[in-house]
Amino acid sequence: MPIAAFALPATQSNTLARNLRIFLTEARYEFVRLLRTRAFSLSVIGFPVVFYLFFGLIMNRGEQIGSVLVAKYMLAGYAVFGMVGAALFGIGVGLSSEIAAGWMELKRASPMPPAAYLLAKCCSAAAFGVVIVSLLTVLGITMSHVSITLSEYAGMLGLTLAGVIPFACMGMAIALLVPYNSAPGVTNMIYLPISFLGGLWIPIMMLPHFLQKFAVLLPTYHLEQLMLRTFGYVSTGTAISHWLGLLGFTLIMLGIATIAFRRSEQNS
Amino acid sequence: MSAVLESTGVLPSEALHQQPVAELSHVTKRYANGILALDGLSLNLHRGEIVALLGPNGAGKSTAVKLMMGLSTPTSGAVRIFASDPRHTATRLRTGVMLQVGRAPEMLRVREHVNIFRGYYPNPMPYTDLVKAAGLKGIEDRMFGQLSGGQKQRTLFALALAGDPDLIFLDEPTVGLDIEARRGMWAQIRSLAARGKTVLLTTHYLEEADALAHRIVVINKRRVVCEGTPAEVKSLGAGTSGVASSRTLKIIRCVTELPVGTILAIPGVTTTEAHADCVVINSTQAERALREMLALDPTLHSLEVASPALEDAFLALTAE
Repeated sequence: MPIAAFALPATQSNTLARNLRIFLTEARYEFVRLLRTRAFSLSVIGFPVVFYLFFGLIMNRGEQIGSVLVAKYMLAGYAVFGMVGAALFGIGVGLSSEIAAGWMELKRASPMPPAAYLLAKCCSAAAFGVVIVSLLTVLGITMSHVSITLSEYAGMLGLTLAGVIPFACMGMAIALLVPYNSAPGVTNMIYLPISFLGGLWIPIMMLPHFLQKFAVLLPTYHLEQLMLRTFGYVSTGTAISHWLGLLGFTLIMLGIATIAFRRSEQNS
Repeated sequence: MSAVLESTGVLPSEALHQQPVAELSHVTKRYANGILALDGLSLNLHRGEIVALLGPNGAGKSTAVKLMMGLSTPTSGAVRIFASDPRHTATRLRTGVMLQVGRAPEMLRVREHVNIFRGYYPNPMPYTDLVKAAGLKGIEDRMFGQLSGGQKQRTLFALALAGDPDLIFLDEPTVGLDIEARRGMWAQIRSLAARGKTVLLTTHYLEEADALAHRIVVINKRRVVCEGTPAEVKSLGAGTSGVASSRTLKIIRCVTELPVGTILAIPGVTTTEAHADCVVINSTQAERALREMLALDPTLHSLEVASPALEDAFLALTAE
């Protein structure tokens, strides 16, 4: 008995180190896998880049509304658009494919800690988000003389890492609820409308009034407002209200994912 | 079990040794949607044995395996692996699993897949040993998505062995393998058992169960209907219930003028069926029956003696 008592702290730290090591391996290979999957990496990086190029930079070249540089304002929207895509497609579609193939079952039967698996997916999506946000920033700076301070850029990256979480949870819920064959379609049917209605493509105040009210329900809206805040463009609501909006959405998605997971587990 | 051990005076260490590696006792599983998948099933796996789990689709095989892998919990009854909960990490570190996987992540190389799984275990099997055991030489740098069906199976086999586990679940391991690769995997499975590992195999290839298994467990309609060595199971299915204990049942086919009654009177003969072109006799003492019949009927011809096939036994045991 005394031996066990002595051994316990050591085993705990061993377990932690082991879990961390497994998580790092999973995260690295998940990122490599997504990068090698051209259908994913090209479209998830390509769409926001092309959209920002056309609608943010070429169509609004050098335009300014009051003190707001349009190209910089739009950067916030397309940055959010890009990272949401990475999270929804990387996690939602990726996970639903692995569930359908029986791969997740094999992983669950292995001694891999399940949290390492989910966290690895989340972090790879965040890494893609960082790549996308950085690319857009470079485009803005080089093509439209958008000035981004180092602290603004750091703020964008911080928001990217935090902002992936609600959409990762949404991706999980989609993966657990929607059959694999229809997962990409369903994801697009959610992704594109919430991008538009959240004001990622067209500034929220240019949308009809009733849509502006509806946007409060959308995580894309809250994340973009926070992103705009890092640039000093404050439009609606307080920072706290946007964080709460994201938190609420995350909890709802986690709840849905948990219920869906329990249900599928009980019937299989 | 314990009473038997005590009465024969087995040392405690040996008794511990004989504790089943995996134990399902009186397991009932009813899914939330009301479907009853297992009904009072009991099953033990021992150290160093290869057990084949057979049964028609929907008999409850995969539910039983899922319970042992800790992917599901029983509605009633108990599941113990290494005398502990199958869901504990400590238990999972000692088990390896090969499931029928449609697609493993396709854009990872074989080498990467193998090393990811090796990373789950504190004392994994050395990489080169794994490559050799699963026959992965030459395909290590290919993407999983580029592999043929057989190569995929071999990669999944390597993942099951990655942790050098003591208990290995193999679900249809040789699907899609050519004959040579199948024989190779059989040899690996046998050598695992020879090293004291326990292997639970589910397969649709009865030939595979016959060739590999020390023990066959037939599941039908949610419970175990029969278990024994391949020879025992075969004679069980072929004969009537009276020969349940016989391990030497043979099927004799011949053309003879002897009346059925005469043949049935020969000791060891359990059944005799007269067909249009031949007589089919089940006997537990085939040599004796042959000697007597040949002496009685000099015209006897077209003689064949065969062991009952597992396939016949399987069909008989799982018939509606």
